[in-house]
Amino acid sequence: MSSTGTGIQPPPRVIEAARSLPLASAFAGRTKVLPILELALLIAASIAPLVLRDYITVYATRVLILCLFALSFDLVWGYAGILSLGQSLFFGMAGYGVALLSRDFGVGSIFAVLPAGALIGFVAALLLAGFLLLGRHPSSVVFVSLGTMTGAYAADRLARGSHYLGGQNGIPSIQPMTIGSHELSEGPGFYYLVLAILVLIYLLSRFLLRSQFGLALAGLRENEQRIAFFGYKVQHLKAIIFAISGAIAGTSGSLYAFHEGFVWPNMLGVVMSTQVVLYVLFGGSGTLIGAVVGTAIVEGLSFWLSDNYRDIWPIILGVLLLLVILFRPLGLISLVLGERERVGRFGPSLKEKRNAAP
Amino acid sequence: MPLLEAAGVSKVFGKLTALDGAALTVGDREFHGLIGPNGSGKSTLMKCLAGALVPTRGKVTFINTDVTSLTPPERARAGMSLKFQITAVLPTLTLYDNILLALQARSSLLDLAFSRTRGRLHEEVMTMLLQFRLADRAFDAAATLSHGQQQWLEIAMALACRPRLLLLDEPTGGMSLEERRVTGELLQPIKQHCSLVIVEHDLDFIRDICDRLTVLDQGKVLASGTVAEIQANRSVQEIYLRRA
Repeated sequence: MSSTGTGIQPPPRVIEAARSLPLASAFAGRTKVLPILELALLIAASIAPLVLRDYITVYATRVLILCLFALSFDLVWGYAGILSLGQSLFFGMAGYGVALLSRDFGVGSIFAVLPAGALIGFVAALLLAGFLLLGRHPSSVVFVSLGTMTGAYAADRLARGSHYLGGQNGIPSIQPMTIGSHELSEGPGFYYLVLAILVLIYLLSRFLLRSQFGLALAGLRENEQRIAFFGYKVQHLKAIIFAISGAIAGTSGSLYAFHEGFVWPNMLGVVMSTQVVLYVLFGGSGTLIGAVVGTAIVEGLSFWLSDNYRDIWPIILGVLLLLVILFRPLGLISLVLGERERVGRFGPSLKEKRNAAP
Repeated sequence: MPLLEAAGVSKVFGKLTALDGAALTVGDREFHGLIGPNGSGKSTLMKCLAGALVPTRGKVTFINTDVTSLTPPERARAGMSLKFQITAVLPTLTLYDNILLALQARSSLLDLAFSRTRGRLHEEVMTMLLQFRLADRAFDAAATLSHGQQQWLEIAMALACRPRLLLLDEPTGGMSLEERRVTGELLQPIKQHCSLVIVEHDLDFIRDICDRLTVLDQGKVLASGTVAEIQANRSVQEIYLRRA
């Protein structure tokens, strides 16, 4: 089959007209709130440790790790419409995995433990996808969400019952992560490491989601059945994005294990999974930046509230979450980000068009 | 050898027999109309052809291959394309992206991840949009189109997959007279490369564009033949008179 020709042979004048259309119209009127927001947040995050007290920097590091975890959920739910209630499974398994590497094999080099964490998350997600997503016919949202939730619950219970994994107490006093001979303990050093990883993974995700693959995912989220009739193998698309998201959750889980210095069964459980769902819904799903904003605000608020309203802070936080979900179903981010920019466009860049021109 | 052949196709939903041994033969580059009263099984037959439903009994052969139990993506890759009865454009995406989504369906995953084909497909996207008189709206969200325009966008998307056979379920549903006329015009050129099976209530429309007709009644084929033969057929006249 020829690579150009639609199969239809339009009259030459139609082709001529198509070539002479003003390409710039594709880019006219494009609002650019998103890049500004992203840059502002990056600058704020970069200077934060310089102005914050050390114990807050430690807290902020934990929040950045959770931001990474939230990104993993936004990829599957916000972009591919997979309601995974088992993200903690990949987060926690990677956490336990690197904790065991450290305890039993004395491995703590960042160049070993982070790839190991990502790999554990990736493989675990791929295996789960094999059961839940890769049937001959597409599986329902409810089936997948209950399946992933069951996985997280089972892992939590198994870890609690396992002597090898430390039972209820988990695995305490993990040795610090090392870069060469330097030991990374909590503080500004660890903060900037996590920030760098978060930015890198954010940019990679952004690249992927703005690509033609991202367009296929947008189609998947909007109308899975329709794009199957175009010939897309929707189950494969879902399994791939699920596995990528597992790798990101795994990276986040291994960072968490070394930052906290211990792992415990809650990291695997359903509460952890639903927490990440809340971050993303609060911030706004399907935007990447919404996941980061949501995590930062929910965690920042609970930090501040728990200091100032010691007894009733969970109630205040709960009411706030509820209000956002009721009145801004697209999340806080929808206050500044319009629908058009949230969904985005996938047409070619001017450069690609120029290269394609005969 | 016909392009598509359905033989003895039955579909039973619980106690309801929607299709009862229906048969359909469509030749290469033939426009074939599927008509019949409401509830006669037209849409069910279309869905069995497209793979949205698996027939209870019977066999569907497409380009010499038994496709009866293939999934929709497998059929699409074999060269079949379906426009749904209910418009199913992707409302939040631009028209441009709707067409690109259909055009890139057979690109490899690596090509998609690195956006290697969108530069090459740009001209095809714009050509499709121009042909269907939608080029000036290319970068608006599909949700902002009128109902008739959404139907055209859907037909354009279905054709963008470069099918050998296009299945159209009520393409002129809810359209004005003028829009129907234009739809007929838009469909004519595809005859150069593609067969068409079309379900439609507007008999004038179907008479104008189809070569052959099959009439369904209560899940069975009542008659099949050229437009002239069907028009002269006594029992067909009866069911339509009975309905009128």
